[in-house]
Amino acid sequence: MQTETTQRKLMWWGVNILVLLYAFVPVVWIISLSLKDDATLNDGNYLPSSPSGESYAAIFSNPDFLRALANSIGICAIATFVAIVFGTMAAYAIARLDFPGKVTIVAVSLLISMFPQIALVTPLFKIETALGLFDTWPGLIIPYITFALPLAIYTLSAFFREIPWDLEKAAKMDGATPYQAFRQVITPLAMPGVFTTAILVFISCWNDFLFALSLTSTSNARTVPAAMSYFTGATTFEKPTGPIAAAAVVITVPLVIMVLLFQRRIVAGLTSGAVKG
Amino acid sequence: MAEIVLDNVVKRYPDGALAVNNFNLKIADGEFIILVGPSGCGKSTALNMVAGLEDITAGKLLIDGEVVNDKAPKDRDIAMVFQSYALYPHMSVGENMGFPLKLAGVDKGTIQRKVNEAAEMLELTQHLDRKPSNLSGGQRQRVAMGRAIVRQPKAFLMDEPLSNLDAKLRVQMRTQVSRIQKSLGTTTLYVTHDQTEAMTLGDRVVVMRGGVVQQVGSPAYLYEHPKNLFVAGFIGSPSMNFLPGQLKGDGIVVTALGEARLPDRVRQALDKSKTSGSIILGIRPEHFEDASLIPGDKQGAAFDAPIDIVESMGSDVYAYFLMKGEEAHSADLEDLAKDAGNDLHADGVPVTARLDAASRVERGKPARLWYDTSKVQVFDADGGANLVPGDLD
Repeated sequence: MQTETTQRKLMWWGVNILVLLYAFVPVVWIISLSLKDDATLNDGNYLPSSPSGESYAAIFSNPDFLRALANSIGICAIATFVAIVFGTMAAYAIARLDFPGKVTIVAVSLLISMFPQIALVTPLFKIETALGLFDTWPGLIIPYITFALPLAIYTLSAFFREIPWDLEKAAKMDGATPYQAFRQVITPLAMPGVFTTAILVFISCWNDFLFALSLTSTSNARTVPAAMSYFTGATTFEKPTGPIAAAAVVITVPLVIMVLLFQRRIVAGLTSGAVKG
Repeated sequence: MAEIVLDNVVKRYPDGALAVNNFNLKIADGEFIILVGPSGCGKSTALNMVAGLEDITAGKLLIDGEVVNDKAPKDRDIAMVFQSYALYPHMSVGENMGFPLKLAGVDKGTIQRKVNEAAEMLELTQHLDRKPSNLSGGQRQRVAMGRAIVRQPKAFLMDEPLSNLDAKLRVQMRTQVSRIQKSLGTTTLYVTHDQTEAMTLGDRVVVMRGGVVQQVGSPAYLYEHPKNLFVAGFIGSPSMNFLPGQLKGDGIVVTALGEARLPDRVRQALDKSKTSGSIILGIRPEHFEDASLIPGDKQGAAFDAPIDIVESMGSDVYAYFLMKGEEAHSADLEDLAKDAGNDLHADGVPVTARLDAASRVERGKPARLWYDTSKVQVFDADGGANLVPGDLD
């Protein structure tokens, strides 16, 4: 038995290390690139020999990047908020109520999320230029919500279905109006689900490159992923590898912070103790 | 405190399924009523209609003389205890119990006082700050009771509140539920599928089957005068023995137990009924006795039983045996067997007898047994109705 457990532990650690290496080699690589200066950028070393903050200084003195960062945060936060508010209500209805056309709504929302985005870029471009939404915040927020809602509805309705129906009946019997039951009993229990969904939605908006690139033309509404592609090197023939790497690191940080923050809220088994069990 | 009246209440689901048909019941103020029946008999649906969680298709529901068919649950002022307890997991025990009062807009001091009172009654005082997930099953059940008690509603509705507890705790809680109901004097409607709970708790018991009320009465009356085979088989544990038989003239009945002469009271009732002569005889296990322990002059019938199994309980002896003959067949009995999950078919008539502890019956040895003919029930073999009606029928 003893040898078996040791072997198992070794296996466990072996696999863990493999996965961690697989995940972290590119991350460390891009951090390393962002810390290298122009002279050592192409020296082929995995770790920088003389780390410098040159690239970071460059991007933070670039007004286009700062503007893009503000755009990214603003647009993604608004899109996430709107998607979560409507997604919560829609998911609740889908999980709890029987109404005509329910299956259709779910099917259509699934269909929308399956749609290849590239096919929508041209029509969206035409519509947005016609409506004057092109190169504005709403011009990005609206398509983001469109694609985030199905995701939100899907994840959230799964969470709502997990909440025992008896709790709602109990709330009703205790004298709650449907809104009070939703607000004081269901929503607190669905919070882990809401936060998880919020993170997923935020990440999907934050990472978007296609819409950000094609539905903007100036730094007015351009988000960081698109702005990065417009970085220029010192000369026309020089690739701005350092600043791009630095920008990539910078836009990863908010995501990591968000996940770490919300992770505390995503406590599994919050509903335990509600019904027998 | 309230009187609840169900007047021809019907529940039909949109798909056409009839869950409750013409339910009539008048629950007096302070009465403890048990709805009992096998699963799917419509007892929970009936309860949910009283609660307001399900719409009433037809008929009237009155609480304190007022029709409440279209009132929302919150406006009916009744509290419910769920089988799953349905405690709010994000609230502490105290918050759970105070929730109905909070929703009603009661001030904090009063909530605190009422919660403390209820907690004391249910011995939950030291758990008030804990979350439901940190409580044992019995404690959770008590919190659910407490949540119902604090707001002093007109009536309690209980949907199998004890069925998630283990056997020992269930017996304890049963007496506690009874005590609480008696001390508060609140009208209570209690749903269960456990006939023991029905017998021990209720002032009156409503036996349901397939959405239809079979019989309403006090537990003792249901036990002694079941209206039909279904009620007879459902009430009582171990359940009544059923033996198909033929009536010969002059009160003589022939069953697998041989010939027996029925007492005059039964004979007179049978003469009045329009029976074809083929009947099912119902004998409760305790109405059997070891023939050697019976004084010769006591009215009854004796027979030889090929004892199969003997279980000694200390206070009694249970003897199981199989008599030659056809098993009793009826829709009522098949329903009961299905509910009990019993699909065994014996090659004869299985009989359970509860004998005095002094009995010397042994397994595998034939014994002379006796049964009290004055206590037998006679059912119509076709319809299953009791041919000897009780005084109140």
